[in-house]
Amino acid sequence: MPQHTFKLNGEQVTVDVEDDVRLLWVLRDVLDVTGPKYGCGINVCKACTSHINGKAFNPCSVRVTDIEPTDEITTIEGLPGTVGQPLHPMQQAWLDRDVAQCGYCQPGQIMAAVDKVRKARAEGREISDADLDEIRNVCRCGTYTRIREAIRAGAEHM
Amino acid sequence: MEKSRAGHAADSSRPDFGRRRFLGYVLAGPTLVAAAKLGVGTGTAEAAVPSAPEVSEAYDLNDLLRDAALPTSGLITVAVNPDGTASFDMPRLECGQGVSTLAAMLISEELSLPLDKINVTLADARPELLFNQFTAGSNTTFSMYTPIRVAAAIAKGQLLKAAGQLLNEQVHRLEPVLGAVRAPDGRELSYGELAKAAAGHEVRQVDVELTPSSNFTVIGTPRNRTDALEAVTGRKQFAMDIKVPDAMPTMVCRPPTIKGTVESVANVAEVRGMPGVTDVATIATGVAVRARTFGQCIDAVRALKVSWNQGTVDGMSDKDVLADLEKAEVPLAVPEVPVLARTVEKKFTFYTRDNAALEPQCAVADVRDGKAEIWAPLQAPILTQQKVAGLLGVPVSAVTVHVTPAGGAFGRKMFSDPVLEAVEASQQMGKPVRLMWHRVDEPRQGRAHPMCTSRIRATYLGNEVLTFEQRHTSVATDYTQGFGEVITNMAGEIPPLGQGNELGYSVPVFHLTVNVPYKFGAVTQLLNEIYEYDRIPSGSMRNLVNPDVRTAQELVVDQLAAEMGKDPYRFRREFADDQRALAVLDKVAEAGQWGRPMAPRTAQGISVHKEYKGAIATLVEIDCRPETVNRKVRDAVTGPRVTKAVVAVDTGLAVNPRGLEAQMQGGLMDGIAQALTSSKHLRNGAFLEASWDNYAYTRQWNAPFDVQIIVMPPTTGQPGGAGEFGVPSAMAAVACAYARATGTMPTSFPINHNDPLFFEPKPYEPPLVQSPTDGLTKY
Ligand code: FES
Ligand code: FES
Repeated sequence: MPQHTFKLNGEQVTVDVEDDVRLLWVLRDVLDVTGPKYGCGINVCKACTSHINGKAFNPCSVRVTDIEPTDEITTIEGLPGTVGQPLHPMQQAWLDRDVAQCGYCQPGQIMAAVDKVRKARAEGREISDADLDEIRNVCRCGTYTRIREAIRAGAEHM
Repeated sequence: MEKSRAGHAADSSRPDFGRRRFLGYVLAGPTLVAAAKLGVGTGTAEAAVPSAPEVSEAYDLNDLLRDAALPTSGLITVAVNPDGTASFDMPRLECGQGVSTLAAMLISEELSLPLDKINVTLADARPELLFNQFTAGSNTTFSMYTPIRVAAAIAKGQLLKAAGQLLNEQVHRLEPVLGAVRAPDGRELSYGELAKAAAGHEVRQVDVELTPSSNFTVIGTPRNRTDALEAVTGRKQFAMDIKVPDAMPTMVCRPPTIKGTVESVANVAEVRGMPGVTDVATIATGVAVRARTFGQCIDAVRALKVSWNQGTVDGMSDKDVLADLEKAEVPLAVPEVPVLARTVEKKFTFYTRDNAALEPQCAVADVRDGKAEIWAPLQAPILTQQKVAGLLGVPVSAVTVHVTPAGGAFGRKMFSDPVLEAVEASQQMGKPVRLMWHRVDEPRQGRAHPMCTSRIRATYLGNEVLTFEQRHTSVATDYTQGFGEVITNMAGEIPPLGQGNELGYSVPVFHLTVNVPYKFGAVTQLLNEIYEYDRIPSGSMRNLVNPDVRTAQELVVDQLAAEMGKDPYRFRREFADDQRALAVLDKVAEAGQWGRPMAPRTAQGISVHKEYKGAIATLVEIDCRPETVNRKVRDAVTGPRVTKAVVAVDTGLAVNPRGLEAQMQGGLMDGIAQALTSSKHLRNGAFLEASWDNYAYTRQWNAPFDVQIIVMPPTTGQPGGAGEFGVPSAMAAVACAYARATGTMPTSFPINHNDPLFFEPKPYEPPLVQSPTDGLTKY
């Protein structure tokens, strides 16, 4: 069985699995990293949102063979590590606003939020309503209002 | 700019409510365990008694769920552990509605122990609880409010007593302080140190006085969820995250039409040989495949060559169901009113809505050696346990059902469908399975809030509404989950053709939940249903019939107001039938600046609703200008946008105002979706929708910029339901606002259902789509 290696939350990992298995299943079913959630498997619901080399992506829609050994994958579990804190400021903002209801969508929401803020910053601006309107992550519990507030608050500490 | 301000209307008086002395138990054990009977103390009087009570006001679904619980012998217990923590194994499902946090707050209040020292877990199925392990009807807080407090208060009393003996002090001179008992001279013993000394040696009945509401320091104060840290770190474990050895991913190949069945499978051996695949087995609902990863399950499902038998609605489409509904509609009565009276008559159609949560249907099952162990998010675990025992032909005691937190429930998790599939697969394969539905399966084969019509005929003369008749005709809703227990479940399944379900549940549930919250003359509301209860998979969906029933009413109320020359808010004020309804109406009108000037094709809408022992009003502003309606978002439904919402809610007593605010925000998003964007289309025996980009639940681009939830001060002192309470008034207010903005009353919901389809339907055979591979470039 083919071997694949990449950096996951700061550690180099190697897995034996067929080339075309999507990274989400490699994370969840093979490596037991269950922070990224399954909600659709077709790049729609965004529950699995994680980062590759610091940018948001959806591991349900990437084959493990397309990940390079030098690629750095960050899931919600590894997000605090990127700032060397027990919690990333966006996670803290989520706690402060008590955003989560069932919580199923929230790892993906937080990873998407961090990415949104980074992208806006790269373009030299702050998060706007238009940016927030672009977030595709489904929250079936309807926590959208607190998500919008928390992203703005979290951005202030990023 | 979006804002969400959790206003708390002034609460200066803090009246004390209700009876405070109750009986409970100290149980025997190595550490202190206090207990109370579920069902205790839910009968205190209401502050507001409506003038002319309808059935649902005098005795509503909450009473029924509570009273169904009274004769049971089950106890709930609060334990104080030697490490100074307290634990409570809750016989309810935490599905995001925050009941774990509520339970911890009640314990914290009565036990004088900080919230972070209280562990609330979800109890395994406990058959002796009978009706009392059923999470539905937003009933949890209502039915557990007193029992949990009684148990916690008894625990505190025992700790004080034990401390009195150890410190050689009179109990009344001792004071509980944040997890310790302190004597006047400053000596302290922690709860941990006292737990064993306070333990009972035999079961003893004790009576206890609860904390008066004027002394509350936890109840009624805004608190964050106790599971929030786990949720934001990804550590919160849902059923599919639990590590059960060898429970490998399992998916089901499902039929191309609703409830089709397997005739034969041509290539089992070939599929079993595919990469990662370990087993293939035909089960009642399709063909189950077990593999190393879910991705390989999807490949296997797609490769299976299955011949299917017919489903239950093959060839049928929305229009056929609608025609059947129309044939079944009961004629409206011709009211005996003065000849000069005028009539308003309207008919509304509500299309099928999907009650799937974001966490798909799922269950872990290990069926071996005549025993079964299950892990699943379940609103009705006892019934599930009994159904599994029945399926396997083993005693109930051979089935263990662990309840996992749900990633949303909304009614979908009332049923044991995925558990029965997992059990059947595990039994046939002889191995543990981790079974999950694919997202495509959820709208295509999952349960739904069924299609219905609602007709209203109202008459008025001068300043009076003389009659108000509502006739609701619906595709049958499956209520066979009964009260979560197999005896009532059997009653729901009694032939002929689900009549037991309609007459036994649907009609009573209708009358226990619906009302017209206005002082109108003769009011009648009737429900009738078509089809067998299980022909189209159905169930309740974050509330039962009221989103539809009340939306129809509130639109007609606006019409009546217009014809009688009254403003919609003033009209509701004038006719509102009790003080609590009036208070929430006034609140939203004031906070939402009712009547402020609005640009053309934008408007406000207002509604008021009573249910779950509470009152709620919603005011929204909607933008129907072409530039808004036609805004483009990739693969999305845009359309009219609710830009602002103000909700005022009176649940009698808000145990956790911050949690209540969250539930109202969620209910609002559901109301917006049901009014504007989300429905399923039945075409040729199957639903077209197969993705979150097809079934258009509210997304960020549909969410209001400005949401304000106002939690009213305590009125009755008894907490009513919250989880589903926000939906009906939100949906109604959005519909009313839309009608006012466009000048046209919408008569079918969601308003976009009959527009040209906005997506390309996914294929039916093979039933699943494999994941794309372009995720590195497309986000
Ligand atoms: S599971 Fe990856 S986007 Fe939905
Ligand atoms: S919190 Fe439940 S889906 Fe978002």
